[in-house]
Amino acid sequence: MTQEHMKKVRLHDIAHARAGDKGNRSNISLIPYSAATYEILLEQVTEKRVLELFSNKGASKVVRYELPNLPALNFVIDDVLEGGVNSALNLDQHGKTLSFLLLTLSVEVPVTMTIKNTV
Amino acid sequence: MVPSVVNIGCGAGFSGDRVDAAIPVAETLAKREGPKYLIFETLAERTLALAQKHRRKDPTHGYSPFLEDYIRPILKKCYETGIKIVSNFGAANPKGAAMKISEIADQLGCKNIKIAIVEGDDLLQVMSSRDIQNHPTIEGLEIGDNEVIAANVYLGARPIAEALSRGADVVVVGRCTDPALVLGPLVKEFGWSEDDWINLATGTMAGHLLECGGQVTGAYFADPGYKDVPDLANVGFPIAEVANDGSLIITKADNTGGLVSAQTVKEQLLYEIHDPENYFTADVILDISKVRVLEVGPDRVKVSGARGKQRPGTLKATVSIDGGWMGEAEMSYAGPNALKRAQLAIDVLKSRCRDIKTNNPIRFDIVGTMSVHSGDNEDTTNTHKYPDDGDYRIRIATCGHDKEIVERVNQEMLSLYCSGPAAGGGFRQHLTDQVQTASILVDRNKIVPKVHFLTDYA
Repeated sequence: MTQEHMKKVRLHDIAHARAGDKGNRSNISLIPYSAATYEILLEQVTEKRVLELFSNKGASKVVRYELPNLPALNFVIDDVLEGGVNSALNLDQHGKTLSFLLLTLSVEVPVTMTIKNTV
Repeated sequence: MVPSVVNIGCGAGFSGDRVDAAIPVAETLAKREGPKYLIFETLAERTLALAQKHRRKDPTHGYSPFLEDYIRPILKKCYETGIKIVSNFGAANPKGAAMKISEIADQLGCKNIKIAIVEGDDLLQVMSSRDIQNHPTIEGLEIGDNEVIAANVYLGARPIAEALSRGADVVVVGRCTDPALVLGPLVKEFGWSEDDWINLATGTMAGHLLECGGQVTGAYFADPGYKDVPDLANVGFPIAEVANDGSLIITKADNTGGLVSAQTVKEQLLYEIHDPENYFTADVILDISKVRVLEVGPDRVKVSGARGKQRPGTLKATVSIDGGWMGEAEMSYAGPNALKRAQLAIDVLKSRCRDIKTNNPIRFDIVGTMSVHSGDNEDTTNTHKYPDDGDYRIRIATCGHDKEIVERVNQEMLSLYCSGPAAGGGFRQHLTDQVQTASILVDRNKIVPKVHFLTDYA
């Protein structure tokens, strides 16, 4: 599809997410509202982009796991919790709010796709 | 006779969960045919260390502080309708918890109730403190000479199944894997063998979905306009229906709020999962990478496709050591030019903290600008535009082993009342006793879980 057939939206408009913690590592699931959108997530929400998004918090590595049958992605982000629940000085020691930081990423979707808000 | 379906409900997903959530779960289970169980998961990684500290102060304590709040409203109903209770609220003192439950049972007239205790999770009983301190940790943290406050192995489902097979009405565990609370009853009812990896995987997945209570039934999920949840204030806690062919349905207590949908189940399925093909537990390595979810009715979701691999030869243990102190203090600035006053306050604090000459890390936040999403001491006011007028709250946080230094940092925030920018108000502070944890792997042959009944001690 050409550029003019695409529009920018936030991930929040097409997917939902939940964060969990283990030590200084966070995992964030990313689940499309519609299975048809899974391909867009696969193409555009890369390990590199997610690492960049969390670099300000010290993230050192991102591994993305694919679960095509759900469908969903699972991002495992190392060293992003400023020490984790035992020692982080961040108010959110578990990094529970980070799922909605992931959902701020912008992605391009076909203009014909119905979503609630556009950037 | 092997039952066709086992019903397992969850009454609490963490220590501090709603104390009345289990009541509708028990009422729903009571109406069900076949074996029925109610589990309570109340033991986070660090909770056990705190419990151990309580036990040192008073040997009769050290179990879940909410035990009575959870148990009293449902115990009689469960006992009279054949709902067995399985929980890790034993924490550092399963026997103490069992005695408390027995006392409550007596008061409620539950005669001859059988309360079992699963022990053997306390690693300090089989390994010396020194050996634990020298053991390599998964996180790479050196335990060194730090005193070991608690060290507990995550036990599996087998001892829970044994306790139930020996007639327990209530099973109290200290540390076990969270899914074992659900897998234990299933192993007992279906007689799954120790190498029945596929069924053990399904049972573990059921446990994983239930262990956080409302997190699978619409709680921790709602996002108005995007993911709406009916009557979140009365969210119903989950019930798993597991059939002897290994099929699994997630539903929830009758006459409650919340919802069970494909979306709620997916979010919880991946919660705290790293590699979906390799979720290690004491009983099986669970593989959820090919799992499917299907809505099969109102608030009913079928979950299928769990696969299992041979359980690991090691068991995970959490070691807790003293983590020093954390200090946190806050102050608000609001109205015209509030952001500038908040920034000035932080400049003052930074200058004052330099004079304290500590190497402890110190973090500064302006809540109202980016805070939880920003890194330690990342100043986003340079990169983002926030209004000068507003309602901002500044925060300082530090940690260290020297309590006086930590208190001194808090004190600097307090002193802003008379010595800071105009109109700072609403000072609050916390000083928290910290626990540091590390994980180690222990040869499973070293660990021998034991099942006792409270009557054994009589």
